[in-house]
Amino acid sequence: MSTSARYTREIPQRYRLEAAKCKGCSKLFFPPRLICDECGGKEFEPHRLSDKGKVVSYSVVRIGPSQFVEQVPYIVSVVELEDGVRLTCQVADAKPEELEIGAPVTIEFRKIGEEGDAGIIHYGYKAVLDRFK
Amino acid sequence: MRDVAIIGVGINRWGELWESPLRDIFVESALEAIADTKVDHLDSMYVGCMTSGLFIGQEHLASLLADYLGQNHLPSARIESACASGALAAKCGYFEVASGASDIVMVAGVEKMTDVGGDGATYALSTAADAEYEVYHGVTFPSLYAMMAVEHMHLYGTTSEDLAHVAVKNHKHGAKNPLAQFPFEISVDAVLNSIMVADPLHIYDCSPITDGAAAAILCPLEMASKFTDKPLVRVAGIGHATDTIALHQRKELSWLEGTARAAKQAYKQADIKPQDLHCAEVHDCFTIAEIMVIEALGLVEKGKGGSAAKEGTTALGGKIPVNTSGGLKSKGHPVGATGVAQLVEVTKQLRGECGERQVEGAKYGLTQNMGGTGGSAVVHILEAI
Repeated sequence: MSTSARYTREIPQRYRLEAAKCKGCSKLFFPPRLICDECGGKEFEPHRLSDKGKVVSYSVVRIGPSQFVEQVPYIVSVVELEDGVRLTCQVADAKPEELEIGAPVTIEFRKIGEEGDAGIIHYGYKAVLDRFK
Repeated sequence: MRDVAIIGVGINRWGELWESPLRDIFVESALEAIADTKVDHLDSMYVGCMTSGLFIGQEHLASLLADYLGQNHLPSARIESACASGALAAKCGYFEVASGASDIVMVAGVEKMTDVGGDGATYALSTAADAEYEVYHGVTFPSLYAMMAVEHMHLYGTTSEDLAHVAVKNHKHGAKNPLAQFPFEISVDAVLNSIMVADPLHIYDCSPITDGAAAAILCPLEMASKFTDKPLVRVAGIGHATDTIALHQRKELSWLEGTARAAKQAYKQADIKPQDLHCAEVHDCFTIAEIMVIEALGLVEKGKGGSAAKEGTTALGGKIPVNTSGGLKSKGHPVGATGVAQLVEVTKQLRGECGERQVEGAKYGLTQNMGGTGGSAVVHILEAI
């Protein structure tokens, strides 16, 4: 799936939700970019995204791609974080019938998958439903 | 810029062509397109193909296919824009002819998808999404379109039954197309009771895995009658736009802004309105896709796409027949070939060659081909002269 270099360079986003904030207009980019599509600015500062958000949409993957066949069925979702940034991730530890648009979630650090017995273990973010609000 | 005509079209067998290699699948359709004209040479060609590298381990298709077509040394280019590769190849050919750089140009598309297994194909197709921020997390194309469907259902009350009616309608059309991969009718119950791939999309909401090709020959309109005795078909308008390939980066998941922008350009160039169209071939890779596309094309109001198939608006005999060929759902979806196959169907409609599925008196027809979840979109409008 990934070489170790490719995996390593994405760690700030996968492990810490590190975005880039445009110094010109404050627009947030996740993942970071080199030019702002709002103001054309090229200077950014790192910005740690909120780990709180809500479900924008979701589905249950019942037929998975090669690397995820052993995990089906699993829930995938587009989540909007409190900062307004949207991302795609799995929703862990939930039943499909618990999902609804607007459901509040928290982003957690989780294992995503692994490349066989001797390969890299992939980590990253998954959403978990905030059930007791 | 010169006016451009489509003077020949070719489409051959579509389906699981175990016995045929990609090069032969392409050459069969390409030869048919040449035989549909009186041209004695080609000046260049463009071939759309999404990912022969992942499907058959072969890149550098442009030269390979020119050679096997008996056209070694012909200037040839392979064009990739995921599932919109075919229509984008056609656009490239159009501008080469319109600009005056070449007179006779072949535009084609091909995909050989059955040399890998189901999970391999799912993976190959997933590369049209954002590899690092979507696919990494396990999303598949059915699940991306499912998330678009969930939002459409939430906003507009669209139902699983509405989606099923798109599949039923397209199979009804495809049953009249001998070239379709699945040329038979299905029922709403069959769709709703088929296995779930990614909720709420059943397997009968999804287009199939297909081997196939399609080809067309373009030339300047002013030369067209020299190369064909058939009714002339002019490329009246072309539109092309992109959008974010990551679905989550769009404000509305269930609105296809790329398609809307491409359509606007094409209508403007053709100087017609959506209601002037007589038929359309659109990218129904999933049933929800057709619903969103007809909204973005202005064939129905935003949010009203859900009921169009059920009410017969988009069926043969309806206000605007959509996917008379059977669409991607029934005809098949060899991804790189689809955009060109759409042009083949509309050309045949405008020439009056569609038999049982003919739209009587068709003068204007549209094609809409898109890549990924709509990250690329190409719209053509054809006119019978």
